Amino acid sequence: MLLIACPYCGNRPETEFRCGGQAHIARPTDPGALSDEQWAQHLFVRSNPRGVHAERWNHVHGCGRWFNARRDTVSDRFIETYKMGETPKSQDSNSTLSTSTQAEARA
Amino acid sequence: MAQPFRLSRGGRIDRTRPVRFTFNGRTVEGFHGDSVASALLANGIHLVGRSFKYHRPRGILSHGPDEPSALLSVDRGPGRIDPNNRASVVEARDGLKTLSQNHWPSLEHDIGAVNDLLSPVFVAGFYYKTFMWPRKFWDKVYEPFIRAAAGLGKAPAVADPDRYANRHAHCDVLVVGAGPAGLSAALAAARTGKRVILADEGPEPGGALLHDVTAEIDGRPAAEWLSATLAELDSRENVILLPRTTAFGYYNHNHVALAERVTDHLPSPGTAPRERLWQVRAGEVVLAGGSHERPLVFADNDRPGILLAESVRVFVNRYGVAPGRRIVFATSGASAYAAALDAKAAGLAVTLVDLRTESECGPELARLKAAGVEVLTGHTVIGAKGTKRVTGLIVAPVDRAGRCGAHRVLECDCVGMSGGWTPAVHLFSQSRGKLAYDERLDAFLPGTSAQAERSAGASKGTYDLAACLQEGFAAGAAAAGSDERKSFTASPTLTGFKPVRAMPTDADPTKVRAFVDFQNDVTAKDIKLAVREGFHSIEHVKRYTTTGMATDQGKTSNMNALGIVAGQLDKTLPGVGTTTFRPPYTPVTFGTLVGPARHALFDPIRTTPIHEWAEEHGALFENVALWRRAWYFPKSGEDLHAAVARECEAVRKGVGIFDASTLGKIEVVGPDAAEFMNRIYVNPWLKLEVGRCRYGLMLKEDGYILDDGVVARIAPDCFHVTTTTGGAPRVLAHMEDYLQTEWPDLKVFLTSTTEQWAVIALQGPKARAVIAPLVDGIDLSPEAFPHMAMRQGTICGVPTRLFRVSFTGELGFEINVPSDHARAVWEAIWEAGQQHGITPYGTETMHVLRAEKGYIIIGQETDGTVTPDDVGLAGMIAKAKKDFVGKRSLARPDVVATGRKQLVGLVTDDPKLVLDEGAQIVDDPAQPIPMRMLGHVTSSYWSPNCGRSIAMALVADGRALQGGPLHVTTPEGFARVTVVDPVFFDPKGERIHA
Amino acid sequence: MLEALYRTARALPLGRAPASDPARSGIVIQPAGAEARFALRVRDAGASAAGLPLDGPINSVRGNDRRWIARLGPDEWLIGSDESEADHLPSAIAADLGERAHSIVDVSHRNVGIDVSGPLAAVALNAGCPLDLGDAAFPPGSATRTLLGKAEIVLIRHPGGAPRYRVECWRSFATYVHALLAEAAIGAGSTEQAVRR
Repeated sequence: MLLIACPYCGNRPETEFRCGGQAHIARPTDPGALSDEQWAQHLFVRSNPRGVHAERWNHVHGCGRWFNARRDTVSDRFIETYKMGETPKSQDSNSTLSTSTQAEARA
Repeated sequence: MAQPFRLSRGGRIDRTRPVRFTFNGRTVEGFHGDSVASALLANGIHLVGRSFKYHRPRGILSHGPDEPSALLSVDRGPGRIDPNNRASVVEARDGLKTLSQNHWPSLEHDIGAVNDLLSPVFVAGFYYKTFMWPRKFWDKVYEPFIRAAAGLGKAPAVADPDRYANRHAHCDVLVVGAGPAGLSAALAAARTGKRVILADEGPEPGGALLHDVTAEIDGRPAAEWLSATLAELDSRENVILLPRTTAFGYYNHNHVALAERVTDHLPSPGTAPRERLWQVRAGEVVLAGGSHERPLVFADNDRPGILLAESVRVFVNRYGVAPGRRIVFATSGASAYAAALDAKAAGLAVTLVDLRTESECGPELARLKAAGVEVLTGHTVIGAKGTKRVTGLIVAPVDRAGRCGAHRVLECDCVGMSGGWTPAVHLFSQSRGKLAYDERLDAFLPGTSAQAERSAGASKGTYDLAACLQEGFAAGAAAAGSDERKSFTASPTLTGFKPVRAMPTDADPTKVRAFVDFQNDVTAKDIKLAVREGFHSIEHVKRYTTTGMATDQGKTSNMNALGIVAGQLDKTLPGVGTTTFRPPYTPVTFGTLVGPARHALFDPIRTTPIHEWAEEHGALFENVALWRRAWYFPKSGEDLHAAVARECEAVRKGVGIFDASTLGKIEVVGPDAAEFMNRIYVNPWLKLEVGRCRYGLMLKEDGYILDDGVVARIAPDCFHVTTTTGGAPRVLAHMEDYLQTEWPDLKVFLTSTTEQWAVIALQGPKARAVIAPLVDGIDLSPEAFPHMAMRQGTICGVPTRLFRVSFTGELGFEINVPSDHARAVWEAIWEAGQQHGITPYGTETMHVLRAEKGYIIIGQETDGTVTPDDVGLAGMIAKAKKDFVGKRSLARPDVVATGRKQLVGLVTDDPKLVLDEGAQIVDDPAQPIPMRMLGHVTSSYWSPNCGRSIAMALVADGRALQGGPLHVTTPEGFARVTVVDPVFFDPKGERIHA
Repeated sequence: MLEALYRTARALPLGRAPASDPARSGIVIQPAGAEARFALRVRDAGASAAGLPLDGPINSVRGNDRRWIARLGPDEWLIGSDESEADHLPSAIAADLGERAHSIVDVSHRNVGIDVSGPLAAVALNAGCPLDLGDAAFPPGSATRTLLGKAEIVLIRHPGGAPRYRVECWRSFATYVHALLAEAAIGAGSTEQAVRR
């Protein structure tokens, strides 16, 4: 069970959360102006990296807030969680070959 | 004399407290503190089971959780029968019944033992090779055979009567294992004041200190250090010491699962739980789980009476039991010398055979010789004599080239073997840490950590007592954020061994049965065969031969198996790698995992305020999501069909009362509420007047219907939204998501009021007459209060939001009242309705009545791939709106394409035939198979008001097929139906406006 | 007739049971009486409304047993009070919030309260609640939405030294939550002493 740092509540167990898939996909302001291909891209196409992935999480059984997280899909380590609308501080560390571990983070 | 193999002194057993249990019906006497294994051995019982595949006689190999052979069924009373308990970890107590497994008719005389004679047949991959052909044999021959042979022990036949507990716990430092390293770690961590949990699988903390009777720590007996340490840990409020508790799973982010065995060792558990699952979230973890001794691989090394050398030492020292009177120790390392010394000191006849040459041995050799023990260095073990009990060990000198000299038989009734040690890296491996091979120790050790953990002691390959204590202390301190160190002095531990995969032998290797994995009956020959047949990856060898699988998880077998594979492939051990260790470390009962989540606590059973009234009035219930809803109200003698027919008729002709409290409700409030509604629903909301209702339809962004429900405007900035019963949480989450992440600028707030308001639906021509005398402050006349209006006032003095809406097609009201008053209001309406023949109805009648009107139900007519147009609701869409969730998708090519399935009504040629919901539909039943399926039946009922069966269906281009015939599958063949409009009753909708 | 009883005749799903210690384990479980509760949502709330502080940290509770306000999120509060305050409290809050966009929804009948107290109260709660309820992580005055087994709850730890908790759940979950707590009390009591030996 993951331990997830809600930006509002701090560390909470995974069972209090719901994952909302890839983050930073803004709904187009005028969907009607998009071609079928562009709309399909927006609706269906998501990345699935081996490494750092930006995800949406909802602290549904807590403060109820949606927030974003950057998680390493290999180690399950959360590099950062941040509120909706904020930009992540760790943008530079998006290597897909990340071997970062909790133990390293501690060191 | 009882307990003929009990030594006259020694051991940590309490000789003043005898215990009696049975083994295969025979009474066995032991002492408090015995394990079942030690008590059996005290009584000279070595034969305790038959092996899994070959039904070979098996005894007790080990004293601990790595025991692969002595697997017993333990019967603690009715419903309390557990198969596959390791005799070495079950505590002996009064009243226990233990039974051996895997034999018929008896342990002594087992027909299945013929498998052993047929062993050339049961080679590696036997199942894959044998049960291939002929295909027709599969059902009648192979499957019954496999099912009969599969599994070990019998599953209990009745429900488990025990209670199981669950506990979430947090600590700064979790220490796994209370041997010298773990105790030292816990001590160091505890002294910092941090929260410490120390878990040990044994009944008594101490690990190796419990049987190392000669060791000294800091100048005093180790046992004294142990009691002082435990006393200090006990006295600290910040320490939780958990005996009988196995850390069995290491999950993400230092989430470690422990199984605590609370009461199995007690003669009467009372109301206390049998076991408790601890879900520990630890800041740091110290793994001090010790190590496992390796068996030696030689012919017939599985005979009862052949134990691991250290286990012999444990039985002698900790339990005061002689596993035999004449013991031969066979070893390739130093630790067995300590066991031999202790056995000798206990007065037993001892001989030691060491594969190592004299020059390869350390100081242990001289010590043992000085004690007067015969030591044969440079000797291999060729095999064992005896079948149901070892009677002798065949040994021979062996030279550097592996050539064996003259055989010699050492007569004995017990063998203690040691092929060296394997650190227990299971939890480390589960934590996703990377193992690193250490050639000096011939072991995989914890390498790169993936989580906040560290290992100490034997689990890290540190075997010397003083080093374990120091390493443990440092690990505990560091885990608690302190850099304190402490040095210990202790008696030096005899360590070091020469790795050996299979003992050199001059026997024909194809005729030798030298076991590597005792639990799964895998021999050295099987592993070699697998490699020859092309299984070169260790993960493939594991699965093909089953070595290291099941509960063993490689504890005793892993290194020998790896070594044999490496030898066959001419690779190094790290070149072969190791298999993945999986949780659980040792078997865990289902009860522990389930905890209290059984019966009424399995899932919340949600009931409405009207539930008890419905029970009192004979309702039967159905599950809808977590809710339990009244299904129908049979009068005496009525079945479902009769009751629903009566209820349906009552609503159309008089008045029915229905509990709609489970409908989801959301209060949408804020200055931008109408704009928000406009974006979420397909319908227009800006111009909806206060006090008016609208049927709302909601899509996902992909254009498919998500949910529906009636919405009332309470105030310009407030909407009372209703959702389907099952959709309530989904819809609220959907709305919150858009509000927070896409439109944070909108000033709107959402609050679930599902359970604030109970809903009493009153439906039928006489509905108005029933409530008229009860309602205050609302003009109920059709002119003042038309269909799809909402008024606030009081009913029976209780504030109400009164909706004039209908899901039946009749005049109807949905009376929202605060939940705690709902039953009183319901009963008042019930009283007032008596003169009008008021009839309670349930969900079944509700379904029939709405189907008569062609109203859809989300999840029945829709399945997540249905658009508004598919179900004929395109008219709901506000065309003028530039955007709403899902709008763009309604123009997607596959949504506007022809051939989509559309909602239609179906009537059968035979009016009495009620179609199956889900039945497939074709146009030509004579077409060749596979037929082209046009769609399926979504709803189907007997309609009392239509006097015939009715059905709704989704059919490709269905609306164009109106009036035409189709064919629907039934259990008896195809039924001919006609496509009709899905509104079967009152098609003009006049009754609703009455 | 019902009218007169409107405020007093609430049929509570757990009834009005007396305090009980079903397992004699020092864990006292008592369904709360009929109380008023309001869900308050407002952004940029300011310091207080109707005397209720709005500037407390997220996941804290202020007030006393008869009138409390728990901040569950950045713009969300759960307010509890005596029934007698139910009629005027929302309007008083609204008046103080003035033009600020907000929502006050009566959830008195949605929520059910269960009080859990006694030295081992946290142990019983931890049978189903995955949070760290230690003094450092969840001190007196803490309040949060979380889980108890398979039910969502709001967990409040009353201010003061003695361990006193309020579990708030939705009405239809009350039977489950109450039964789970009772079971937890049995599972916690006898063995907690064994744990401490």
